[in-house]
Amino acid sequence: MKRTSSTRFYMGFLAVLITLFAIYNFTVYTKTNPESDLLLSREAIKGEDLWQQNNCFSCHQLYGLGGYLGPDLTNTYSTDGKGEAYIKAFLNSGIKTMPKFNFTEKEKSNLVAFLKEVDQTGIYPNLNAKIEKTGWVTLEYKSQKAK
Amino acid sequence: MKTKTPLLFIIFGMIALLLAMLFGLLAGTQYLLPDFLKESLPFNSLRPFHATSALSWIILCATGGLYFYISNSDEVKLHSDRLMKIHLWLFIATGIAIYTAYAFGKFGGKEYLEFPALLIVPILLGWVLFGINYFKSFVGKLKNWPVYYWMWGTGIVFMIFHLSEAYFWLSPYIRNNFIRDLSIQWKAGGSFVGSWNMLVYGTAIYLMSKIKKDDQIGRTKLAFFFYFLGLSNLMFGWAHHVYILPTAPWIRYFAYAINMTEWIILFSMLYDWKKSLSQETIKINFLPYKFLMAADLWIFLNLIIAILFSIPAINMYTHGTHITVAHSMGTTIGINTTILLASVTYILSLVSSDWQKDLKKMILGFKIFHLSLIIFFFALVLAGVKKSVWMYFTQDMAFSEMQNSLHWFYLIFLLFGVGILIGLSLIILPTINQFIAVIRKSKK
Repeated sequence: MKRTSSTRFYMGFLAVLITLFAIYNFTVYTKTNPESDLLLSREAIKGEDLWQQNNCFSCHQLYGLGGYLGPDLTNTYSTDGKGEAYIKAFLNSGIKTMPKFNFTEKEKSNLVAFLKEVDQTGIYPNLNAKIEKTGWVTLEYKSQKAK
Repeated sequence: MKTKTPLLFIIFGMIALLLAMLFGLLAGTQYLLPDFLKESLPFNSLRPFHATSALSWIILCATGGLYFYISNSDEVKLHSDRLMKIHLWLFIATGIAIYTAYAFGKFGGKEYLEFPALLIVPILLGWVLFGINYFKSFVGKLKNWPVYYWMWGTGIVFMIFHLSEAYFWLSPYIRNNFIRDLSIQWKAGGSFVGSWNMLVYGTAIYLMSKIKKDDQIGRTKLAFFFYFLGLSNLMFGWAHHVYILPTAPWIRYFAYAINMTEWIILFSMLYDWKKSLSQETIKINFLPYKFLMAADLWIFLNLIIAILFSIPAINMYTHGTHITVAHSMGTTIGINTTILLASVTYILSLVSSDWQKDLKKMILGFKIFHLSLIIFFFALVLAGVKKSVWMYFTQDMAFSEMQNSLHWFYLIFLLFGVGILIGLSLIILPTINQFIAVIRKSKK
């Protein structure tokens, strides 16, 4: 049986889509938003390792992504009345459903460094985001908040 | 009929579904009783147990179905039974390794792939073997494929790509930039859901075609138009997960333009198919028909939510709330699970002469499952609305107070979660028994 013209057309269209997808992926992987383009320090990456190894996102969220049992921690570091001491106090507390962790002081500092640097990338929830008539949302960036 | 290995895939899939529901209920109980199993199975272990089991159900059942349909096809012959067996036991061994890692509190991956990163290697290998077996069965042997063969092939290839992409974070170039890393994580996550949807929706179209005995269902121009629309969504429509993330705005604009048309695709096809079925065909394929119609309802419900989600102004308020969970439960249980159960009961009717033995029990199970899921779903939506109001319109209430105020919603969610477990058990347990009987019989 020969390929019909429809099948040839579908194969051609698939090739076009895959080409566009390759270009799109390259752009997504390489281009960033200057407003949030911060590189994590080595200490913060160690903190992120701990964040993953202890599955913190099962309960907590960053930018609203993660579990729902605990609070979102995107801007905990810079929230009035919270910050470094507050985060450290919670880490080994075993409060409510939170597991009783045994983080060392060094590990606590790494986790704080991670949350501090995540905090610097943006704002969540974005209470001052501007809702446009088109349904679009213009986010408020961290640099704008500082002003 | 060649059945053993495909049926084993499906049996393990159904066991994974039972485990997913059990772990889900235990995790749900911790929302109400924080000290429940806290020392032995804390929430950060229960959630990955639940999520991995649920994903395993979808993957194993869809894969088993594909192997069954190809192995018993009149048009083609499966390239290698041995590769299929290696694939099965590779996945089962990896599953046991993942559960063991979770039991000992060994994590290390990102959300939904929480296991130590090394375990992605055998998973990817399994998918590559599946791909080789699939394409060697078809390429050069069958021309002018119906759309479901395209969808299955696409699902396998894109699953390999997006599972690999989900591990780009291992590269320092990605990892060092938190926003880029998080975007790619959700790009990969959103798109591998799209990839398994290709397998599951392909199965739905295959079933419609076989039940109606109409080969044209998978060959119309409309079917291919919808396939390409779905593929475009898979490739470019993931960014609704990260509208609220300070990524490059063009990524979000692009996703807004292209978003979430794939529900319309299947809804339209199921609707047309339902209209054209005779009463006699419905009677013969009663259970698969019931499940496909249930999928239709859930597509409709999730279509409404998905369209609303795709509008950034609404997404801002629903993101990070239980409405997102309702949507993912609605799609994985309401749509994927009902389509897969349609496939399972269709296969059951083909392999077992005794398939009507438990029909009454299974119909009762279906009713309990469906009613429970509807209430479960709306409890989550309402909890999400309440959380959103707290996030954006209540400034002085602490997180713990907000959680306490959701107590009744969590109770309803848990009670009807038990209903889902009872309903699905009434369907799954007799089916597992019958499949085991078929395998035993085939050995004699």
